[in-house]
Amino acid sequence: MDLSAINPAVLVASLMVAAVPIVLAAIGELVVEKAGVLNLGVEGMMIMGAICGFVAAVATGSPVLGFVGGAVGGAALSLIFAVLTQYLLANQVATGLALTLFGLGVSALIGQGYNGIKPPSIGDLPLGPLADIPVLGTILFRHDWVVYLSIAVIAAVWAVLKYSRAGLVLRAVGENHDAAHALGYKVVRIRVLAILFGGAMAGLGGAYVSLIRVPQWTDGITAGAGWIALAIVVFASWRPWRVLIGAYLFGGITVLQLNLQAAGARIPVEYLSMSPYLITILVLVIMSSGRGRASAQAPAALGQNFHASR
Amino acid sequence: MKRRILLASAALGLGLVMAGGAFAQDKLKACWIYVGPIGDGGWTFQHDQGRLAVEAAYGDKVETAYQESVPEGADAERVLTQMALSGCKIIFTTSFGYMDATNNVAAKFPDVKFEHATGFMRATPNVSTYNARFYEGRAVMGTIAGLMTKSNKIGYIGSFPIPEVIQGINASFIHARKVNPDVSISVVWAYSWFDPAKEADAAKALIEQGVDVILQHTDSTAPMAEAAKTPGVIGFGQASDMSEYAPSPRVSAIIDNWGPYYVERVGALMDGSYAQSDTWAGIGAGVVGIGAITDAIPAEVKAAAEAVAASIADGSYHPFTGPLMKQDGSAWLADGERADDGTLAGMNFFVEGITGEIPK
Repeated sequence: MDLSAINPAVLVASLMVAAVPIVLAAIGELVVEKAGVLNLGVEGMMIMGAICGFVAAVATGSPVLGFVGGAVGGAALSLIFAVLTQYLLANQVATGLALTLFGLGVSALIGQGYNGIKPPSIGDLPLGPLADIPVLGTILFRHDWVVYLSIAVIAAVWAVLKYSRAGLVLRAVGENHDAAHALGYKVVRIRVLAILFGGAMAGLGGAYVSLIRVPQWTDGITAGAGWIALAIVVFASWRPWRVLIGAYLFGGITVLQLNLQAAGARIPVEYLSMSPYLITILVLVIMSSGRGRASAQAPAALGQNFHASR
Repeated sequence: MKRRILLASAALGLGLVMAGGAFAQDKLKACWIYVGPIGDGGWTFQHDQGRLAVEAAYGDKVETAYQESVPEGADAERVLTQMALSGCKIIFTTSFGYMDATNNVAAKFPDVKFEHATGFMRATPNVSTYNARFYEGRAVMGTIAGLMTKSNKIGYIGSFPIPEVIQGINASFIHARKVNPDVSISVVWAYSWFDPAKEADAAKALIEQGVDVILQHTDSTAPMAEAAKTPGVIGFGQASDMSEYAPSPRVSAIIDNWGPYYVERVGALMDGSYAQSDTWAGIGAGVVGIGAITDAIPAEVKAAAEAVAASIADGSYHPFTGPLMKQDGSAWLADGERADDGTLAGMNFFVEGITGEIPK
């Protein structure tokens, strides 16, 4: 085994890329959960975003429109969830799970005939001399624009939740919807908007997989990234910047295990492949036990349906 | 009790209708089961081209059907049973992993002919196997890889650690080292025949390790798309030409040409000359083709690769010719000795010089 072949700078750069879909999906889900809604359909919305983005990009030849298509696709699927849970008061857990299964099936249907097609490629953002800085340039300044967008979204969500009135209202709805309703806030409307935002973000994450990371379409291409995103929201104890850390941790292990394999590490491949998931579980267990009180930080009204007459 | 009788008679009636349907047609029905989607641009695409060749050759004397993206395992057995029940007279099962399913179902339908690609098990007289000597193509690719690599590192994305893939790794490495004594090979196992996301990640990891020539034994074009992101990295089309990535990163390709075999077997079944067989053909018979070598590589490299291909095609050279040692340093082939087909078909060891282990 030749560990010297692994270049840390390149490794960090590619873990940032590997984490983008999870960052986007997880920050969307964080907003949804902050509003008191538990949407377990992240995987389904991601894969809808992946196929809708792919189709849009192939049809228009523009990767940017592809990402718009992905966001619209994810949001469209989440709209079903919003109608079922917010207006028809369906059980959120069951509806979310159904949404995932539905998304996987519908995406496979839409994807018929799109196998093996090459989507238009998206270049790195030209940052000129910044990209030539040794080490730092490789890590930070040689990415496509979506990598920067994902970090910007984290910052924006953090700022809105912490400093703005809209963020305060959103959090109030998630902590105690009856009190928020009594104050005159439209609980259902706010929640629907949060769900749509979550769907759009998951769709963007999915589109990143099918347009940049792979870039190709195949059934089930998101391969469980949506579930990891859900776990990372809990891992982050509903704090935006921790979402970024969690996603980079997971992305880092994913990338590292492949690099270890290529470097000829004498560890059975099966252990390397399961390591990202194993470590996610471990961290979740550690976070939710002891003094961390991660579960205590969950929005108080998470997963509860709201009806004004009650 | 009543319900059981009702169900049984309904099933019987359905069976009669289906059997009647099968008798009513005098067309021969030939069926294919694919491991990936036809649109994979690789392995399954080429098998489907073979199916179309059968249609073109026999016109309305033959009816074809196929099922794509069938997982290896219990699903394959269900699909095969369904095909046999629906009147298929000959069924081509086009992946190594269908081996057990093919033989299990074949035992239940002695009148249906089964043709299993890349396998070696023929449990009943109605099972034949056919394969291509992909390692002959790998020898040509290995020659190009050894001459083209600047970092002296070549990468191989393996699907499963089965003899067919191990032959490919060994043949690539032997011929790369023959023209470049400093070359080393890194192998990443994807544990899938078709998983673009995983294949792309594997290619990315290899490139990050300084690999500049990627050989893939998986079916999608994703490694090629990944290679295209880094200038100077080249790769080869697998199973199909993958010419949409030419002239670079795709500099050549191993092309499977199943059409002639399918036409021959279906024809033999029609005229009654069909017999159980085990076919293993290579470049010489045209089953393995070498895709056009692009201008992205120098003329002398191209000439060297073509010379290897020509000598394999006319039988004057065998890619596994001694002296060759096994990875552990024990002797395998003496000077000038050629590997026999039995050893190749069950190959489970790396040759000397490859680091890393074959997963068990």
